[in-house]
Amino acid sequence: MQADLFPHRHLLGIEGLQPQDILGLLDRAEAAVEVSRQVEKKKSVLSGRTQINLFFEASTRTQSSFELAGKRLGADVMNMAVSSSSVKKGETLIDTAATLNAMHPDLLVVRHHAAGAVHLLARKVDCSVVNAGDGPHEHPTQALLDALTIRRHKGKIARLTVAICGDIVHSRVARSNIILLNALGARVRVIAPSTLLPSGIEKMGVEVFRDMREGLKGVDIVMMLRLQRERMSGSFIPSVREYYRYYGLDAEKLSFAREDALVMHPGPMNRGVEIDPAVADGPQSLIREQVEMGVAVRMAVLEALAAHLPNQ
Amino acid sequence: MASDSPKPLVLSNARVIDPARDLDAPGSVIIADGTILAAGPEAANQGAPYGAEIIDCAGAIAAPGLIDMCVSVGEPGAEHRETLASASDAAAAGGVTTICTMPETDPVIDDPALVDFILRRARDTASVNVHPIAALTKGLEGQEMTEIGLLQEAGAIAFSNGHKSVRNAQTMRRILTYARDFDALIVHHTEDPDLAGGSMNAGLNASWKGLSGIPREAEVIMIERDLRLVGMAKGKYHANLISTSDSAEAIRIGKDRGLNVTAGVSINHLTQNENDIGPYRTFFKMSPPLRNEDDRKAMIAALADGTIDILVSNHDPQDVETKRHPWAEAEDGAIGLETLLAAALRLYHSGDIELLPLLACMTCRPADRLGLETGRLTTGAPADVVVFDPDRPWVLEKSAIRSRSKNSPFEDARFSGRVLHTIVAGRPVYTYA
Repeated sequence: MQADLFPHRHLLGIEGLQPQDILGLLDRAEAAVEVSRQVEKKKSVLSGRTQINLFFEASTRTQSSFELAGKRLGADVMNMAVSSSSVKKGETLIDTAATLNAMHPDLLVVRHHAAGAVHLLARKVDCSVVNAGDGPHEHPTQALLDALTIRRHKGKIARLTVAICGDIVHSRVARSNIILLNALGARVRVIAPSTLLPSGIEKMGVEVFRDMREGLKGVDIVMMLRLQRERMSGSFIPSVREYYRYYGLDAEKLSFAREDALVMHPGPMNRGVEIDPAVADGPQSLIREQVEMGVAVRMAVLEALAAHLPNQ
Repeated sequence: MASDSPKPLVLSNARVIDPARDLDAPGSVIIADGTILAAGPEAANQGAPYGAEIIDCAGAIAAPGLIDMCVSVGEPGAEHRETLASASDAAAAGGVTTICTMPETDPVIDDPALVDFILRRARDTASVNVHPIAALTKGLEGQEMTEIGLLQEAGAIAFSNGHKSVRNAQTMRRILTYARDFDALIVHHTEDPDLAGGSMNAGLNASWKGLSGIPREAEVIMIERDLRLVGMAKGKYHANLISTSDSAEAIRIGKDRGLNVTAGVSINHLTQNENDIGPYRTFFKMSPPLRNEDDRKAMIAALADGTIDILVSNHDPQDVETKRHPWAEAEDGAIGLETLLAAALRLYHSGDIELLPLLACMTCRPADRLGLETGRLTTGAPADVVVFDPDRPWVLEKSAIRSRSKNSPFEDARFSGRVLHTIVAGRPVYTYA
């Protein structure tokens, strides 16, 4: 394994990571891919360690991915789903953190519906904290697994042109990817209707397009985002069918990208809303591979943070 | 104790500043029977009244005690956050001798009996002057106007919908029209509630943080609407907390049109900007939100040129239960009574504004707007006085905060300018140890 130490106790976001930190995690993840493809998948790096997956927001793929990653490294993994109703009973996030902290976990994987919630929690516990998505803020392991997937296919990240399409304003995936791809020297475009772009987007290190065909011209990677209707208070788009007409990725729109362009989606997909099933399951799609890389990247992250755990 | 009149008091060897008279000169302040007998250079030559206590100010400034016309207190309903007693302790330590309390309590101050309750509790427990601001609409719901006449008779000094704007323009128009018959001052929070649905200033900073933004336009749209309504109704109107250059411009135009309009700003918007929020620090979450540096500078300029009339702390005690949440879910509000003067002096030390106009915004200007006799050192005025050393350094330590709630955005901040004595109605209520 890589000897170089990951210089952070928590992984709260891509923001604040140096390019070498990111590359170090990707290299580690490459090795984890190999481990995951063996018959004997179990390692003992985290043996005796307790990992708690604390999910304030429902998730299938991210939670199971973190669970598998922890187990493959030998950790005892506990999943805690905290429904928002029990939070409403009066227990604050801090109370929950204090309760968990008293149980001496070593790693805490947290997803929460509010931006900044994971930062708040990280300040109140003694263990290492991994952000598994905080509101529309960041989702660092998703950006890392996207980068790993891209690198394995294109051999590099630098100087690739990546278009992130769809519901940018509500997307933590978009924010983490914009930061990571810029850090590694890619050119980033965003394509979305103006109501789904955050204010100041033109200063966020991206080229902005409102027209999908225009925006897809010559790109190497097309990253689709899920239309997050559950986060939308009020009217952002008039209807799903109008959205699909202008921003849904189908073969015709995809033909504007480079011939060897690859299609990604963080999942879960809304087929027929932001992506045509034929494209989602077509030859240019990396969507299933992203899931595989997800486990590897999370193993890499947990392993990197484990180096900071006491008594090591 | 409260009935016997205080001993006469002489503040000698002071630099007397009385913004109401444009006075800034060495001299004394002579106090007897709870009122100012004389203040200024002429008072230095007058003899002390018989039995007077003499405080040697050693060159420190003696000025009218500050009036803070936007203070939230937890009494009634949230005494664990702040009582009238603890708020007045904090006020006294900050040189504030008069507070106007906001009606956002539980229950809301929308009934004359509740105004009476505040006044009686203040008389019995508070060491500074307390004037309740009553609710503008019943339950602060923005629907039905309150009994403006009866509330005023009970002692309400002004009327406000707290930190919520009245959304319905017709309701606001009627209230302004009706209030005119009572010469009542309407103190309004100016944020379009639909546009202001976010949790911090809209812009790049909010976008990176993944927070929904409150656009600057949310404020000026409400102010411009209100100014049109004030024009129709000929009411008496105060925009309580403005935060953007556009808002200041709108107020300026309103004043030029001859409307009976004033504006206020919180000390936070003069001394902090949205970058201070850092990693989601909720003590910096307030309404209106902290804006960018350009707006902060515009607020200082507007205060210096008189567009903004009144400077307040917007003191709003919040505790762990309401503040230790993820940003968007935490309550708005920051305490500020104890630091109002010290933080304001930063603007003087930075050369942004002269001492006299700075103090005017916290003394005679709010007094004139509210119709109070205090806020000046003229003969016969109530003896509400602050003595402070504008240069003495100190650090705000959390453990020393007098408010029951500790949600200060100035925790561990360094200040130059320390209150030495606070006197209310001729009685010392605070002395720096």
